[in-house]
Amino acid sequence: MTDSSAHQPMIAADGLPLKKSLARSLRREKTRALLLIAPLLVFVLLTFIFPIGSMLFRSVENEIVSNILPRTVVELENWDATSGELPDEAVFAAFVADFVVAVEEKNHTRLGSRLNYESSGMSSLFRKSGRKVAKWNPETDGPFKEKLIKTDKGWGDPETWAIIKTHSGKYTNGYFLNAVDMQRTQNGIEAQPESKQILIKLFLRTVKMSLIITASCILLGYPVAWILANLPSRSANLLMILVLLPFWTSLLVRTSAWKVMLQNQGVINDTLVWLGLVSNDARLEIINNQFGTIVAMTHILLPFMILPMYSVMQTIPPTYLRAAKSLGATNWIAFWRVYFPQSIPGIGAGSILVFILAIGYYITPEIVGGTEGVFISNRIAYHISSSLNWGLAAALGAILLVVVLVLYWAYDKIVGIDNVKLG
Amino acid sequence: MSLVTPISRKPLSFVIPTVGGLGALIGLFIGTSFGSGLVGVVGGAVALMLLALIYITVLRNEKMARWINRLGMAALGFLYGGASGLVLGLFAGQITIWFIYWLYEGRYRQSLLPYLTSGQVLWHYTFRVICGAIFIFLITPILVVMPLSFNAQDFFTFTPEMLRLDPDGYSLKHYMDFLGLREDSNGEWLRSFSNSLLIAPIATILSVTLGTLAAIGLSQSHVPAKRAIMAILISPMIVPLIISATGMFFFYSSMGNWMEDTLGLNKNFVGYVKVVLAHAVLGIPFVIITVTATLVGFDRSLTRAAANMGADPVTTFFRVQMPLILPGVISGGLFAFITSFDEVVVVMFIGSASQKTLPWQMFLGLREQISPTILAVATILVALSIALLVTLEMLRRRSERLRGMSPS
Repeated sequence: MTDSSAHQPMIAADGLPLKKSLARSLRREKTRALLLIAPLLVFVLLTFIFPIGSMLFRSVENEIVSNILPRTVVELENWDATSGELPDEAVFAAFVADFVVAVEEKNHTRLGSRLNYESSGMSSLFRKSGRKVAKWNPETDGPFKEKLIKTDKGWGDPETWAIIKTHSGKYTNGYFLNAVDMQRTQNGIEAQPESKQILIKLFLRTVKMSLIITASCILLGYPVAWILANLPSRSANLLMILVLLPFWTSLLVRTSAWKVMLQNQGVINDTLVWLGLVSNDARLEIINNQFGTIVAMTHILLPFMILPMYSVMQTIPPTYLRAAKSLGATNWIAFWRVYFPQSIPGIGAGSILVFILAIGYYITPEIVGGTEGVFISNRIAYHISSSLNWGLAAALGAILLVVVLVLYWAYDKIVGIDNVKLG
Repeated sequence: MSLVTPISRKPLSFVIPTVGGLGALIGLFIGTSFGSGLVGVVGGAVALMLLALIYITVLRNEKMARWINRLGMAALGFLYGGASGLVLGLFAGQITIWFIYWLYEGRYRQSLLPYLTSGQVLWHYTFRVICGAIFIFLITPILVVMPLSFNAQDFFTFTPEMLRLDPDGYSLKHYMDFLGLREDSNGEWLRSFSNSLLIAPIATILSVTLGTLAAIGLSQSHVPAKRAIMAILISPMIVPLIISATGMFFFYSSMGNWMEDTLGLNKNFVGYVKVVLAHAVLGIPFVIITVTATLVGFDRSLTRAAANMGADPVTTFFRVQMPLILPGVISGGLFAFITSFDEVVVVMFIGSASQKTLPWQMFLGLREQISPTILAVATILVALSIALLVTLEMLRRRSERLRGMSPS
């Protein structure tokens, strides 16, 4: 370097200072990379991330009550729900005014079914009163207190009004509370009655069965991964087909295969009866219960355990085991102290993958799980398509999503998402 | 298998009792199916021990013993069980005589290291048996559906005719139903199959095009917020399908309404657009992962060399980079295709009956009408996945060859 270069900045070929020129080219490179990514990023954000975000929003959104009963909600502010008395005439008048409009727009049944999630009976109360109240004129026909109570005793119960008041906010944590078997009352947050407490049990069952499935995948996958990694590559490749074929076979095909295998008149039971191991009138009940779900899902998820284990075990030099043995270790010590610790990353990667997949499974439990072997996903699907309690479905989904994202974060920390290998 | 250890004959005091153990095991199955397990165990053990003794000490001719054993057991099987008994008998004959000579000649030590103790040898083979059982667990369900799909009855099980290998027990009627050629078939299967064949390729093209571009962008050396972008693009693979389906259900139904009302598009067309978009998103992570993995081994100086020789970026991409990363792109595309072709939850939530795909029809068939046509479809799909597996393997080898690695 000459003396002058210490004072003058270095110049690039185009006459600009080198530093500036480099910064510009770096910026250009970044822009080009972003431009290449942008179409896909926008596509995924728009068609995937945004829908999921709006679903999550739906789990707290509760504008329906204040939209349909705007005047009533304002009047109810002044009423003390814990007093045990009915609200005054102003509330009833406001309610009738709102209700007549709602019936005209045919909104009252929607509101009824919304409130029915909180207290059963509300839906029929709204539907029945709708027909009668529709004929009233809110301006002239007052006072309404007695009149409304006459149409249905339900309006004479302070509990009804308390429920409307409790759920009148624009946002609610009611769905999330329902999702963990709690409810919102005017006295604060309480547990649901015993008979309605099923969701926590279902969450626990989902986690427990996913853990059992993960554990059985480890148990079955480890020996297979070991033998694939330690056989000469020609025979290992052949055996690999037996792992990859199920992996590539349609999920519905494998699920129907298990239905064929496990059902009461199925292949397994027939074989056992033919061998005389079980008698014909005492066939094993191995489908439509937890056992069926566990067996079928272990089979379906096993390749996801074997493949990461295999890729880790391939990198463990077989000489280490031989070295340990030549230093006097027994077979077991050599395995447990030398080989096993090196294979743990593979177990970790496979386990998280299998657990993430298992916890959100829907198809297989639905078909082979009966009522005892279903997962939380099946409940979400039920609320979306049958009971139409979409807020609760969204809340259940949000909880499941948080669990999965935490696990995914752990997976990224341990394995790195860049290191995922397919096939 | 290479010969590692010189072998020697083993004493009868070791061979005969072990052979008896195998005989007892086989006898247990035969015995229980005829009513008494205990008699079977004892009888099987004694019979096989006697046979082994005769073959080894009297006959002294391995080739002849093999044939006598195979044919003898096959004949016995035929007497008791007809055609399927014949097959089972032949199988049992092969197994037992192989086992006898494998033990007697000490062949089991042949491919093992000479210094192993007998306990280690025993463990070696026990481990092999355990692994074999797991492999059987993996593959049996897939193999079982194949013969069942030729069932002449509307059952999900093997009928006695099928077990007797009676040609009357087999038929192609379920395949006919799938193809809509039977009088009572309603053509639902073929219609849903063509829906799948329409939706999956379009979704694949969409996700491969966008995914490959983005993967090339992601593999540049300076990408701001690379981890966050990667996490977003991978997320459709991580989020449980039921949650994706729920989110998409709300979003796509309002999007569909908007497209129908404001843009005035055909309802059916909008339905297909919704399903294709949803499936394209689900396939994207697979494209991203496989293509970025291929790009790791791509020599960047090649594009610079092309630019140096006057090629513009588009020409460079199509003439230099694309041919080299093509195997990765195709395998990513296959993943995306199978994701869409196999997908049922999302399409059930956002599609309407006119977009019913093959997996959806199978799901209905399993849950509601329990139609054995499923088994025919399953067999066809297994054949399809075998073809896919072979294609992928060939692509992998080609990719390794292109990168100058020797195929393993």
